[in-house]
Amino acid sequence: MNLTLHRFHGGIHPAQNKEQSTHQPIKSIPLPSQLILPVRQHSGTPAKPIVSVGDSVLKGQVIAEAVGHRSVPIHAPSSGVVSAIEDRTTSHPSGLPELCIIIDTDGLEQWCEHPNLFNKTDCQSLSDLPNEEILEHIQNSGIAGLGGAGFPTALKLYKTKHHTHTLIINGAECEPYITADDMLMRERADHVIQGAQILLHLSEAKRCLIAVEDNKPEAIRALHESLQVLKVNPAIQIVSIPTVYPSGGEKQLIKILTGEEVPTDGIPADIGVICQNVGTAAAVYRAVYFGEPLISRITTATGDAIKQPGNYEVLIGTPLPHFLEHTGYIAQQPERIIAGGSLMGFTLPELNVPLIKTSNCILAPTTSELPLNDLAMECIRCGQCVSACPQGLLPHQLYWFSKAQDHEKAEQHNIFDCIECGACSFVCPSHIPLVQYYRHTKGEIRTERLAQQKSEIARQRYENRNERLARIEAERAAAREARAKAKAEADALRAKQEAEAAATASPDSQIEDLERKILAQQDRVTKAQKSHQAAQEANLDTADILFKAVEKQQTKLQQLEQELIALRNNVTQEN
Amino acid sequence: MSMLWILLLAAIPLVILAMFSGALLGFAEVRFKVEGNPIADQLNDILPQTQCGQCGYPGCRPYAEAIAAGEKINKCPPGGESTIAAIADLLGVEPEPLDAEHGVEDDVPLVAFIREEECIGCTKCIQACPVDAIVGAAKQMHTVISDECTGCDLCVEPCPVDCIDMIPVETTINDWFWQAPSNNLELIATDRQTVTGEPS
Amino acid sequence: MSEFLLILVSTVLVNNFVLVQFLGLCPFMGVSSKLETAIGMSAATTFVLTLASVCSYLVYTYILLPFDLAYLKTISFIMVIAVVVGFTELALRKTSPVLYRVLGIFLPLITVNCAVLGVALLNINRNHSFAESVFYGFGAAAGFSLVMIAFAALRERVALVDVPKPFQGSAIAMLSAGLMALAFMGFTGLVSI
Repeated sequence: MNLTLHRFHGGIHPAQNKEQSTHQPIKSIPLPSQLILPVRQHSGTPAKPIVSVGDSVLKGQVIAEAVGHRSVPIHAPSSGVVSAIEDRTTSHPSGLPELCIIIDTDGLEQWCEHPNLFNKTDCQSLSDLPNEEILEHIQNSGIAGLGGAGFPTALKLYKTKHHTHTLIINGAECEPYITADDMLMRERADHVIQGAQILLHLSEAKRCLIAVEDNKPEAIRALHESLQVLKVNPAIQIVSIPTVYPSGGEKQLIKILTGEEVPTDGIPADIGVICQNVGTAAAVYRAVYFGEPLISRITTATGDAIKQPGNYEVLIGTPLPHFLEHTGYIAQQPERIIAGGSLMGFTLPELNVPLIKTSNCILAPTTSELPLNDLAMECIRCGQCVSACPQGLLPHQLYWFSKAQDHEKAEQHNIFDCIECGACSFVCPSHIPLVQYYRHTKGEIRTERLAQQKSEIARQRYENRNERLARIEAERAAAREARAKAKAEADALRAKQEAEAAATASPDSQIEDLERKILAQQDRVTKAQKSHQAAQEANLDTADILFKAVEKQQTKLQQLEQELIALRNNVTQEN
Repeated sequence: MSMLWILLLAAIPLVILAMFSGALLGFAEVRFKVEGNPIADQLNDILPQTQCGQCGYPGCRPYAEAIAAGEKINKCPPGGESTIAAIADLLGVEPEPLDAEHGVEDDVPLVAFIREEECIGCTKCIQACPVDAIVGAAKQMHTVISDECTGCDLCVEPCPVDCIDMIPVETTINDWFWQAPSNNLELIATDRQTVTGEPS
Repeated sequence: MSEFLLILVSTVLVNNFVLVQFLGLCPFMGVSSKLETAIGMSAATTFVLTLASVCSYLVYTYILLPFDLAYLKTISFIMVIAVVVGFTELALRKTSPVLYRVLGIFLPLITVNCAVLGVALLNINRNHSFAESVFYGFGAAAGFSLVMIAFAALRERVALVDVPKPFQGSAIAMLSAGLMALAFMGFTGLVSI
């Protein structure tokens, strides 16, 4: 059946530089004495180490488990002893250290128990097993996308909102210098086909398209032969696509094969497509049929500074110096090793980094082969970049906005749709490093968004705190009021009780009260008289005043006595 | 007499026209009444919400309201130049450089850190924190939740044993991003590298 | 029908009020540094111009002429324009406070925009009927909006590039406006009205 191919906007035709590394078959290199495994070799949450320093590990044993659902486990690529779990520089452009598990190999390459899926579950074929179990096995084998992004493979295959109608196996490998997928397809085509079969079964897609650029005729031939021999699902077909960069980009490949575009802010699953790399498919095959976790990959070593360019099967975690030594690297001045190809690769911050699951190519150029960037000149608005952009953006406008730090306009012009392929920088006649500007601006916008979120949360917390303090204040005020009210009520009640008591006191008690008062008054009279006498004997002036005081007290006494008599009379009268 | 008549004849229609226009405008004034101050809300959204008080106002919202009433826009050090530019953009005024009297912009974001060996559990810092980023209770250990700390450093002063430091937040591999390419045209000739990588 | 089309083409292109007749240059230079403000200003001016054109025609025909007060047209037009601008200001403050804030002083300055008074007076000079006045006012506003928005887009791009120091700011803007005016001269003779 003939598939109509479409074209995507733009694209460039850089020099391929692939012949250097395809003259020899895939080779292996001697076992390194130390393996450095970063806990993050995939896109998502880093894995958590489950071994400790000093533990012995076997080849294929799990040494770090996945954390959360966007994570994959890490396995020991060879047997040995864990000598350290510490921060080391990794294959990342920042040069910042990451947690790594370091294994000193013992040279024995002793495998742990690694049953394949059918032995493990005692089944005969894939159809006997539920998809979840197969996916769990793939997840536990630590498989992430080997094309470069490292997305957890099992996660990509989980049931999505929309049903998948097309599974694409990406063997395009459009970037110059890289030939890892090419050699894999030539030498292990059956791995790829079988892997595609498994993925087709899991994704429940209607068809599977294995796309290969037409600059790889041997690979296409090998795949066709393998397809005929293996007699797999007839829905799998090999498609040869025209050679143009970046046809291997996920979105571009989907456009070529299906004519549909992945929407902005969307993923291919939104339009019913799943895309997997050929290397990933081969790894899935090894995991399902041989129980082998992802512990090695094919890496291209190329560039004029490498004397034995070619493709090598390397263990994950192989230190780069060891790899360079066994591929005949000649040290250059200035030293520049690029991880990746000549368009999307980045210069490694230092040489002492490990190769990881996503290291598809190590490019060691001489300065005459890939000169350091010329001086950038002014943008003349020639529009070549617009013609080249595969995503249909306006690179020169994005450049102006990035320079002016106008983030709002840059976002409006869809800067986040840029796949950083480098086609615009390639064609720019003024040698402006356009992609660097976009990477920087994207980072700034993301940081701004995070800061905005943080300040929003801070504002919320501040307002909550104010509310809490206001509430506490209100409660205190209410309590104070309540207390004051209660006190006032108690006082009123007491006063009322006293008044009542006074009003309803019986005559006898009144007489008693009076008698007490009279006694007290008599005391006072006596006291007054005494002080008067003392004053008189001392011939003081105050004697007169004291005499008057005595008289006053005596008058009061007489009053009280009269009151008593009257009261007694009353009582007698009543009786 | 006729001069007066001409003048009146000219003035009266104008006066009637003016009265009619006045009535129309008065009606429009009532019909299109605007409540509240939406500008203050938008300004508050731009400010960084550290509630540090370095601008002289007790929090970000009071400063936002002051700006809406005519206060100068260059008093917020945590917000820095980018905030001043955003406010200038919103209000349509010229951005001014940060007023150094209120503090300088930090190069690196800072968070507070309590040295736990020295903490006496007095809760003075907890009361000072405007976003409740310090966890603790009386006579219990106090500690700063670094994710919530805005770096306003209002907690440093009240601490009686001076056990709070402001430490810079380190860039991790998660929030690292590429630097902007430098414009090599600014380099002088002897500093430029040639094709072979050596200084010319 | 065709004369209305002629009026529109004439006011928008051939006798463009800003670039050919050089009226209304103040808001043209003042508000065109950002595209959003230019669009807002164009909308406000269109509203004011059309309404003022209509109102001034009505005032002239039904109040000034019957009382033989044609000589009062200048002052009464100014009053009409002031009222319309005041009305626009209030409506704008309610519907879009941000635009109101951003346009700032230029909104009440529409009152003294010579293009507005010019349209009102030219309507009288050319003895336009009511319908013609409407189209004339609207066409003038459309021409004003066209050049202002184009000029704002141009200024935004010029702001990003490396302009030599002596020319930065309003100097390069004036130069660009002059070049645009030269370009509009090419429309001369397209229609004659």
